[in-house]
Amino acid sequence: MGNEEIRIKMAEYHVAKPPHVLVTLGLGSCIGLALYDKYSKVSGLIHYMLPEGNGKKNTAKYADTGIPFLIEEMIKLGAKKRNLVAKIVGGAKMFSFGDENSVMNIGQRNAKAAKKILKKEGIRILAEDTGADFGRTMRFYTDTGEVKVTSYKRDELII
Amino acid sequence: MTDDFTLDSIQEDALKEVGNIGAGNAATAFSEVLDRKIEIDVPSVQIIPLEDVSTITGSEEDHVAGVLFNVTGQGPGNILFIFPSESIKYLVKVVMDKEIEPDEMGEMEVSLLKELGNILSGSYLKSIGDMTQINMIQSIPGFSYDMAGAILSSTMISASKTGDNVLLIETEFMDGERKIEGYFFFIPQLESLKIILNSLGFDNNG
Repeated sequence: MGNEEIRIKMAEYHVAKPPHVLVTLGLGSCIGLALYDKYSKVSGLIHYMLPEGNGKKNTAKYADTGIPFLIEEMIKLGAKKRNLVAKIVGGAKMFSFGDENSVMNIGQRNAKAAKKILKKEGIRILAEDTGADFGRTMRFYTDTGEVKVTSYKRDELII
Repeated sequence: MTDDFTLDSIQEDALKEVGNIGAGNAATAFSEVLDRKIEIDVPSVQIIPLEDVSTITGSEEDHVAGVLFNVTGQGPGNILFIFPSESIKYLVKVVMDKEIEPDEMGEMEVSLLKELGNILSGSYLKSIGDMTQINMIQSIPGFSYDMAGAILSSTMISASKTGDNVLLIETEFMDGERKIEGYFFFIPQLESLKIILNSLGFDNNG
């Protein structure tokens, strides 16, 4: 598998080509979205926190500004939009209080935002590992397009 | 209204003082429950950029217990406790006289941590309420034992909606020589922060 891990923190994104591995640790209600062009091997990963920025500037924090921006950056690196496919990880509900509260459903809203935006961009979602109530670490291997998800409460999953 | 909010050093000192008094009361309550003398380290008040939040307590992948309270009323926000694994073992030993690995925590141990969180949070909010005359009500606790990064980031989201930074009042507890590593975060929403500062005598343009 690829080496040279590039760590992506909350509200950040990165684009890369092989042999890099794009990694984001500790996804809770945030979403880690991987985009891949298997022909050019251009890869992108964004770790966003909220669905909408309402016109704010901080692009990678929000799905609505971050995802289109990520696509643009990948195209600059040589990706073709029509070749892009997506894998979505995260969007968990880390705490439950017994009473539903929209702030605590942010994980679901984040996952929905990814699907809505990707549909609009015409990008197919190949796989997802979202929801539930546990944290996830995501490793995106740019040479193969594989995403490995590790969690404390569950066996390793490759999607 | 701008999303960027900076504290000058006078405001920071005022919030530290609020944090100090709140933490002092919490330590007293903690002492009573544990039947030991617990002291607090001087709390730090920080405005932290969001991207740094996930690593405040160490690595994002460290397994920690998180006890979370929603705070409603006039000064809404959150209170979050983080207990790293060593602290969980220590607290369970002191209170329940049991040796456990945190991975093996059962309902009773989880209840203990929630209850500790409840007591600490309650006394903290009461003293802030007394000082500022702001009514703050805490919810029942939510609990998670998982990666620190996942817990921290998920909690900060509501605070982050109003800006790119989060205010944290961080407190550490000492049992004699021994530091009980535990992080106590008071995370007021931006509007609440302004209300608190206002009640301490600062105007809202600070």
